[in-house]
Amino acid sequence: MTSPMTSPDIALELGDDALIAAQRLAEWCSRAPEMEEDIALANIALDQLGAARLLLTYAGEFQNRTEDDLAFLREDREFRNALLVELDNGDFAVTIGKLLFLAVYQRLRYERLAAGEDERLAEIGAKARKESLYHAEHAALWTVRLGDGTEESHRRMQSAVDALWPYTHELFEGEAASLRDAWVAEITEVLRKATLSRPADGWAPSGGRRGVHTEALSKLLAEMQVLHRAHPGATW
Amino acid sequence: MSARSTVAAVLDPELPVVTIEELGILRDVAERDGRVTVTITPTYSGCPAMDAIRADITAALHADGYGDVQVDTTLTEPWTTDWITPAGLEKLAAAGIAPPSSTRTRLTLTVRCPRCGSPETEELSRFGATACKALWRCRACREPFERVKAI
Repeated sequence: MTSPMTSPDIALELGDDALIAAQRLAEWCSRAPEMEEDIALANIALDQLGAARLLLTYAGEFQNRTEDDLAFLREDREFRNALLVELDNGDFAVTIGKLLFLAVYQRLRYERLAAGEDERLAEIGAKARKESLYHAEHAALWTVRLGDGTEESHRRMQSAVDALWPYTHELFEGEAASLRDAWVAEITEVLRKATLSRPADGWAPSGGRRGVHTEALSKLLAEMQVLHRAHPGATW
Repeated sequence: MSARSTVAAVLDPELPVVTIEELGILRDVAERDGRVTVTITPTYSGCPAMDAIRADITAALHADGYGDVQVDTTLTEPWTTDWITPAGLEKLAAAGIAPPSSTRTRLTLTVRCPRCGSPETEELSRFGATACKALWRCRACREPFERVKAI
């Protein structure tokens, strides 16, 4: 067991999860399968960005950097997000699977922060957990709709769950290990309603929390950071 | 006008039928040594209207002769739809925006169409044009309408 995480470490990893998830979800803007879902994914991206700003502002205070410094001026090796959030969006089923796994996890982490001793993290957690609950409900509705839908939608949703499951292990490294049972229970119930099977535990890629990322993050950062790096300090 | 009443009259930029006080996002107005310190809270953590609200508060206070203004943000207690005042709920309904159900009960009550009053309504999308609203439709009069999301 490693030593307990400090407040800036927690703020950084949860802030990076939310920031990278926001950027990925925003990629659906104007491309979602229907207008309502386009708006829904953009709204969820906005909530994620809001949580990211609060968390990264706090994390930055410990190293005398702003939220923008952390978002735009770090290299991939300095990001602490889990690999799950940086993976490409894939098809709509993959996006929904990523969101389901992430939102249930975030809610559990935020609930723990809300009950914790660090006042800043507690108030951020208390605010963000309600939004995460709403995101998880939305993702669960789609998981059931696709899983218990047509033969094709079922096949795609199962394939998304199978492809993403290995990446969920990393979420529960260290600080969050004790939350996995609650997470698995919630996810398993959604999968059951969706007539999907829960994949077996096996391969467990990791490294995100230590700054060892996939190629997908580098490409995401290139797009997210290019404007700020080309025009340092630019404002609207 | 007192600084409090000036600030309380500022309209929400995205729901301009209600004031920020009626929406429940105005938490405090304090005057000390000629400085007015206003404390507001976001509805959603990513609410993009916060900058506009800060600017509107500052402009309203300047217009009423308060030169030294500071607008702070707090997250405690977090906003929920229960913070919307009864007057605010009525104004939203009058503007065609169905009010949220209370977050204190898990019961889902009937959502009445704000135009024709029919309870025959359905949710089209759990998200809407702003972070705080969902999209609904009335099956009786066929009109779509917005509803404040309950969180």
